[in-house]
Amino acid sequence: MSASLLFFLVLLVGASAFVMGRSRAMATAGGKLSSLHSLPGYHGSYAAIWALLPALVVLGVWLVAAPPMIDRSVLFHLPTEVLNQGSAPAELALGQVKSVARGLALLSDTERSALDSGAINLRDAMAAKGIPLASAGEAWMIESATDFNRMTANSHLAMAGVVLLLAIGGAVLALRGISQRFRARNRVEQVILGGLILASSIAILTTIGIIGSMLSEALRFFASVSPMEFFFGTVWDPRFAAAGQAGQAGQFGLLPLLAGTLYIAFVAMLFAVPIGLFAAIYMAEYANNTVRSVAKPLLEILAGIPTIVYGFFALVTVGPFLRDISGQLNGLVTGNYQSFIQAQSVLTAGIVMGIMLIPFVSSLSDDIITQVPRSLRDGSLGLGATRSETIKRVVLPAALPGIVGALLLTASRAVGETMIVVLAAGVAARMQLNPFEPMTTVTVKIVNQLTGDLEFTSPQTLVAFALGITLFAITLCLNIYALYIVRKYREQYE
Amino acid sequence: MTDMTTSLAGSSPRPAVSRRDIGIKRRYAAERRFRAYGIGAISIGIFFLGLLLWTVVSKGYTAFLQTEIVLPITFSEKVIDPKNERATNPAKLMTANYPLLVRDALVQKLGIDPNNRADVKLATDMVSASARTQLRDVVVANPAIIGQTVPVALLAEGNIDSANKGQIDVTVDEANRKVKDKQLAWMQTLAQDGAMTKSFNTGLFTSGASSRPEAAGIGVAALGSLYMMLIVLALALPIGVSASIYLEEFAPKNKLTDLIEVNINNLAAVPSIVYGLLGLSIFINFAGMPRSAALVGGLVLTLMTLPTIIIATRAALKAVPPSIRAAALGLGASKMQTIFHHVLPLAMPGILTGTIIGLAHALGETAPLLLIGMVAFVVDFPGSPLEPSTALPVQIYMWANEAERAFVERTSGAIIVLLIFLVVMNLGAILLRRRFERRW
Repeated sequence: MSASLLFFLVLLVGASAFVMGRSRAMATAGGKLSSLHSLPGYHGSYAAIWALLPALVVLGVWLVAAPPMIDRSVLFHLPTEVLNQGSAPAELALGQVKSVARGLALLSDTERSALDSGAINLRDAMAAKGIPLASAGEAWMIESATDFNRMTANSHLAMAGVVLLLAIGGAVLALRGISQRFRARNRVEQVILGGLILASSIAILTTIGIIGSMLSEALRFFASVSPMEFFFGTVWDPRFAAAGQAGQAGQFGLLPLLAGTLYIAFVAMLFAVPIGLFAAIYMAEYANNTVRSVAKPLLEILAGIPTIVYGFFALVTVGPFLRDISGQLNGLVTGNYQSFIQAQSVLTAGIVMGIMLIPFVSSLSDDIITQVPRSLRDGSLGLGATRSETIKRVVLPAALPGIVGALLLTASRAVGETMIVVLAAGVAARMQLNPFEPMTTVTVKIVNQLTGDLEFTSPQTLVAFALGITLFAITLCLNIYALYIVRKYREQYE
Repeated sequence: MTDMTTSLAGSSPRPAVSRRDIGIKRRYAAERRFRAYGIGAISIGIFFLGLLLWTVVSKGYTAFLQTEIVLPITFSEKVIDPKNERATNPAKLMTANYPLLVRDALVQKLGIDPNNRADVKLATDMVSASARTQLRDVVVANPAIIGQTVPVALLAEGNIDSANKGQIDVTVDEANRKVKDKQLAWMQTLAQDGAMTKSFNTGLFTSGASSRPEAAGIGVAALGSLYMMLIVLALALPIGVSASIYLEEFAPKNKLTDLIEVNINNLAAVPSIVYGLLGLSIFINFAGMPRSAALVGGLVLTLMTLPTIIIATRAALKAVPPSIRAAALGLGASKMQTIFHHVLPLAMPGILTGTIIGLAHALGETAPLLLIGMVAFVVDFPGSPLEPSTALPVQIYMWANEAERAFVERTSGAIIVLLIFLVVMNLGAILLRRRFERRW
C-alpha cells in the first residue's frame, strides 16, 4: 500500500469520524441542542482530531525513519569482504543493491527464474528494465536486493496496519467519550492553541537552524584551516584543488573580503544617506499632501525592484558609463583617452547599491522625523526660527538616535547585499583604497565558492559557511543595536 | 518658493529690519537652499528610478519581437529518408539531416551558387541552429509531409535578429562585425520578398534555457517560479498567521515572547544569502532533498518570507479595535471563537496585503537560489517541484552573464516580464487595501 493511498485513507477515516461525532452529539442532545456543552461541530472535530493526529504523526515518523533503518540492516548483512573495504565502497555497494532491488520488482516470474538459474547476466537483466549498473553484478547483490525488497514490503505493510489501527482506534475512543456534558470545545481549542504555539516556534527554530547549521559546517572548516589564518589572513586564494596539487590547501584570508564589503557599503551609504535624508526631511516637513502622495510611492518603487535588476543596471548602464566618462575626462585633461574607472569597480557597485538604499533611508527617517512631537517645532517657530533652522537645530537633534538606528539598519542591508556586487564589484580579492578598481565582498565569495560542482568535504566549499557566519554575526550586531535604539527612541516620544 | 521671495521683498523696507540686523536675508537664503536640497534629493531618486526603468525598457522591448525567415522547405525524401526505412526504424526521422533542407531552400531562394562553400555557409548561418529541431518536430508530427514543399517560418539567428532590429552598427568595418555585408544584402532581398518578418516572440514565453539567444525563453524558469510561489503561499500564510495570532492574542508578556519578538524582527533583516546557506546545509545536506528542486527553493523562500508576513499580520490584528473583541466575548464566545470568527476576518485585508508584498519580494529574490543549485541549464519543463528547475530572477542572472548582444535584449525582456508580475502583485495589494481596509 503506497503512502499516499494510506494518507488518503486516514483522511477518509478522519472525515467520517467528524460526521459521526457530530451526529452522535446531536443524538445525545435528543433534539435539545442547548443541553450540549459544546456545539455538535466541536464534538465532530474532536473525534476527527483523535482519528487524524496520532495516525499522521506515526505515518510521518515512519516514512522518515524506516528507510535509513532498512538501509542499515541491509548494509550490515552485506558480504564481509565488501564491508572490510571500508565505509565508502560499502555505501556504493548499498546503492547498487538498491538499484537492483528496484529492477527486481520489475522482472516477470520467468525472467526472475532465468536470472536465478544464471541463464542471464544481472547487468543485462537490469539494463533491459532501463536500470544501468556500474559493475557486472554478483549473486550476493540479488540476495541482498531480495532482502531489501522483502523488508521494505514488510515495513510498508506494518506501517499501513499500525496507522489505520491508530486512526480507527482513535476515532472509536473519541466517539465513545461523547456525552452532553463533554467539553469538546475546550479540548479542540487546546489542540488549536498547540498548533499556534508550534507555528510561532518556527521563527525560533529558523534562527537556531541558521546558527547551528552554519556553525557546524564552519567548525568543520576550522578543523583544516586555523581561525587565526581565516580571521586575520590578508590573502584570499582558495585554489580549487586541480589535478596534481590536491594537497595544497590555499589561503583563506577574510580581511580582503571584509575590506571590500565595508568599502562598498561605505560608498553606498555615502551616496544614499544625504539623498535619502534630505528626501525624508522634505517629505516630512515641507511637502504638501499631493507631492507626498506622489513622491513617496515613487521612491518606494525603488525598494520593490529586485536586486538582480539593479545588478543588471550596473552591468550594462552605470559601469560602462563611468568607464567611458572617465576616459573622456582623462582625455580632456591629459590627452590620453585611457579610462581610469573600470566597468566593475567599487564605485559602480557603491553607486548602484546607494540607489537601492535611498528608499530605505528615506522611509525609515521619514517615520522617525514625523514622530518628533509637534510642540517642539511650534516652540522653535514661535521664537522666530525659520523652518530650516527649526529642522537643523531642534527636529534633527531630537530625532538623531532614531535616525542613527535607521542608518544602521540600512548599513546592515548594504553589507548583506549580494546580487548587485556579484554583477558589479568584480571577483578580485585585494586590499586597496582606489574606488575605481574592482574589489570583492564576502557575499560574492559565498556565491563563488558554492556554485558549480560541490563536494562537502573540501575547505574550498566549507569556507562559505565560515564567511556566512561572519556575515550573519556582523548583520546581527548591527540589527540588534539598531532595533534597540529605534525601540528606545519610540518609547521616548510615546 | 515664489510666495516666499515676494514676502521677503515686501518685508525688507520695514524699519525694524534696518534698525537691528538679524541677518534675515541670509537666513531666508539658507532656508531656500535647504528646501532646494530636499527637492533635489527627491528628484535624484526619481531620476534614477526613471533611468533604471528606461534602460530596461529601451533595451528590452524588442525582445518581444522575433525575426523569422519564411522559406519554402522541400521535405525531400532523398534527404530525410534516402533508404526508405522509416516504417521499420522510426528513429530515422529523429536523426535525419534537416539542416540540409534549410540549406537547399536558402540556396534556391537567394540564388546562390551551391558550389560556393563560403557563401552557402554565410547564408545558412542566417538561420538559427534550432531549425533542426523545428523541422524534425514538423516531420515527426506529420510524416505525410515528406515529398511536399511547404513554407515554414524559421527563427533567424541571434545576430541577424539584432541586425534586423537595427541594433548592430552597420558602419563598423566588416571584419569587426558579426553580420557580414553579404548577409545584409540577403536580408534586404528577403525583406523585400516578404520572407523576413518580425512577429510576436511566443518562444520567449514557452521555451527554456538555450545557448542560442534566439531559441532561449523564460517559460521553464517561470514555471519554476510559479511552483515556488505556490509552496511559499501554502506554507508561509498559514504558519505566519498562526504564529502572529499566538504572539498577538495569547502569548503571555514575558522574557520568552520578548525573545521571539526580537528574533522575528531580526530574521526580517538577515541577509537573504544566509537563508541560502541554511537551505543548502539543512534541506539538501542534512535532509537529503534534491538539489536544484523548486521544493527546496520554496522552503527557503518560505523561511525568508515568514517574518514579513508575521510582522504584517500582527499589525493587522493590532488594528482591529478592542471593542470588537469585548462585544464577542460579552456575548459568550470563547477567546478562540472571538479571534477566528471576528478578529481574523476583519484583519484579513491587511494580512493578505502583507502576504502579497512578501510574495512579490520572494519572487524577485535571487541570491539564496544560487546556493541551492538553481543556477541550472534547464531545457524541459519541470513536471513536479522535485525535478530540477530554475527561477525567473536566476534565469535573468544567467543571461546577464552571457556576452552576446541578443542576450542583453533577452535579459531586459525577462526583467520587463518580472517587473510586470511585481507591479501586478503590488497593485493588487494596494487595491485590496483601498477596497477592504476599514478605518475604525
